[in-house]
Amino acid sequence: MLSREAIDVIYLLTAVSFMLALKLMNGPKTARTGNWLAAGGMTLALAATFFLPGIGNFQWIALAFVIGSFFGVWSARRVQMTAMPQMVALFNGLGGGAVALVALVEYPGLFSPNSESVMPLGVRLTTTILSLLIGCVSFSGSMIAFAKLQELMTGRPIVYPGQKVVNFIVFVSAVVLMVLLATGGMAPGLFFGLLALALVMGVVFVLPIGGADMPVVISLLNSFTGCAAGLAGFVLGNTALLIGGGLVGASGLILTLDMCKAMNRSLSNVVFGAFGAVTAGALEASSHTGTVRSYSVEDAAIIFGSANSVIIVPGYGMAVAQAQHVVKELAAKLQERDIDVRYAIHPVAGRMPGHMNVLLAEADVPYEQLFDLEEINPMFAEADVALVIGANDVVNPAARYDKASPIYGMPILDVDKARTVIVCKRGMNPGFAGIENELFLLPNTIMVFGNAKTTIAKLSSALDSV
Amino acid sequence: MSLIAVVTIFILAVFVGLEVIAKVPQTLHTPLMSATNAIHGVILVGGVIVLGTAHDTLSLVLGFVATLFGVLNVVGGFVVTDRMLEMFKRKPKKGNDNAQS
Repeated sequence: MLSREAIDVIYLLTAVSFMLALKLMNGPKTARTGNWLAAGGMTLALAATFFLPGIGNFQWIALAFVIGSFFGVWSARRVQMTAMPQMVALFNGLGGGAVALVALVEYPGLFSPNSESVMPLGVRLTTTILSLLIGCVSFSGSMIAFAKLQELMTGRPIVYPGQKVVNFIVFVSAVVLMVLLATGGMAPGLFFGLLALALVMGVVFVLPIGGADMPVVISLLNSFTGCAAGLAGFVLGNTALLIGGGLVGASGLILTLDMCKAMNRSLSNVVFGAFGAVTAGALEASSHTGTVRSYSVEDAAIIFGSANSVIIVPGYGMAVAQAQHVVKELAAKLQERDIDVRYAIHPVAGRMPGHMNVLLAEADVPYEQLFDLEEINPMFAEADVALVIGANDVVNPAARYDKASPIYGMPILDVDKARTVIVCKRGMNPGFAGIENELFLLPNTIMVFGNAKTTIAKLSSALDSV
Repeated sequence: MSLIAVVTIFILAVFVGLEVIAKVPQTLHTPLMSATNAIHGVILVGGVIVLGTAHDTLSLVLGFVATLFGVLNVVGGFVVTDRMLEMFKRKPKKGNDNAQS
């Protein structure tokens, strides 16, 4: 048997492993070690937990571990790299659900007279109620985010008249219930009321947010789950939970704010702005002149054939079409012809921060060819061709000057400065932000319509005969 | 543990979280989000405590589901993160490159 002190020492080791792991995540070379270090720390903490006094039901624990590990490994191995954002959303939601369930079971125990905790009842009640609330919001919110990204439902913001009023009522009712619960005695009715309300809150919170903002939402919900897990640590007096939860709560928030900063929008604008819902009106009102010039892949290949430098701008369209491998092949063919190839990575391209980096890494594109927004923008003026693959809002010049545009002020990739812009896109539909892109109408822009993977593959073979 | 000790631990953890993350390059944002996602799966410890000390059927069922969710969160989270990070490693040859054009 392990003494309580020994178990606490092991929890401390776990906490240290989590901190070191996050530290190691700072560099691509050490990141993988960091991940396994955290996994090792987690295993230690679990092993120690089995030795806590009063732990039994080992057959059930073992069953949950076997089933969970099997499906966890199976789904994590099977998922396509492009479906990573929804996978993270799903795992995050399950974590949130676990927190809520723990709070649910702990609640009646708080009132038991033989509780060994020295913490005041009010504190234990407040933290339990908060972790239930946040856990539920994280659970149902993540499930909606998952459904949106998996295209089980529309990725567009869902808005209806009186939405703000409804949300406000839901929020205020939740606060009232929380105060009643935290200050009163045992009230299972109110407790279940709060549980239901919290689930509704997660749904109404994510519904009005568009697919393009999902990275921010997932990151925020990730932070929520962390906070909720930390709060559960208060009730259980468990340092592993306290520290692990606190770390994730804080780091998730920083990551969320970083992502908002990259879009030059405030967090409240992302969450409450119903970004991209104003499409129809704005589309009709805009009076851009110019015509769309659509080229065949053969004609586009000729332009590549005479270029000296090409900058590839990948976006969500590349992810959806799984086009990263053919893009890499095209780049290799261009390089064989001594054409300089670089990739421009916008901070919010795709559906997660670093989404494009992961996909291009999967296709073995060397880091040295990937450039951040600040580095690459001055290079567009020198580039012969900017090849935009399924990116839209991140290359919309309206962000620079059009104060009426919802993306006004967001730093964009200056692709329009390149001599020729070739845009590979499925059709003229607006991007996830739901706004028209005048880039497509510029005199130096050429559109090549079609699925990113087939188009780039065709372009690549057409290049052979140029 | 006393209230003040618990609050101290939590607040210090939050500050460490703010500090260690601030320097992560954008390239690693997705794996980082995924790794922190796996780390908050530490709630599994809570799930095991609840399931391990359950005496009635309801707590047993709820604790079981909590533990199951926690295991999925932890195992799935770490494996997915590892898969992502594996791709950042420079491979000597493109062995498992299954690109078809």
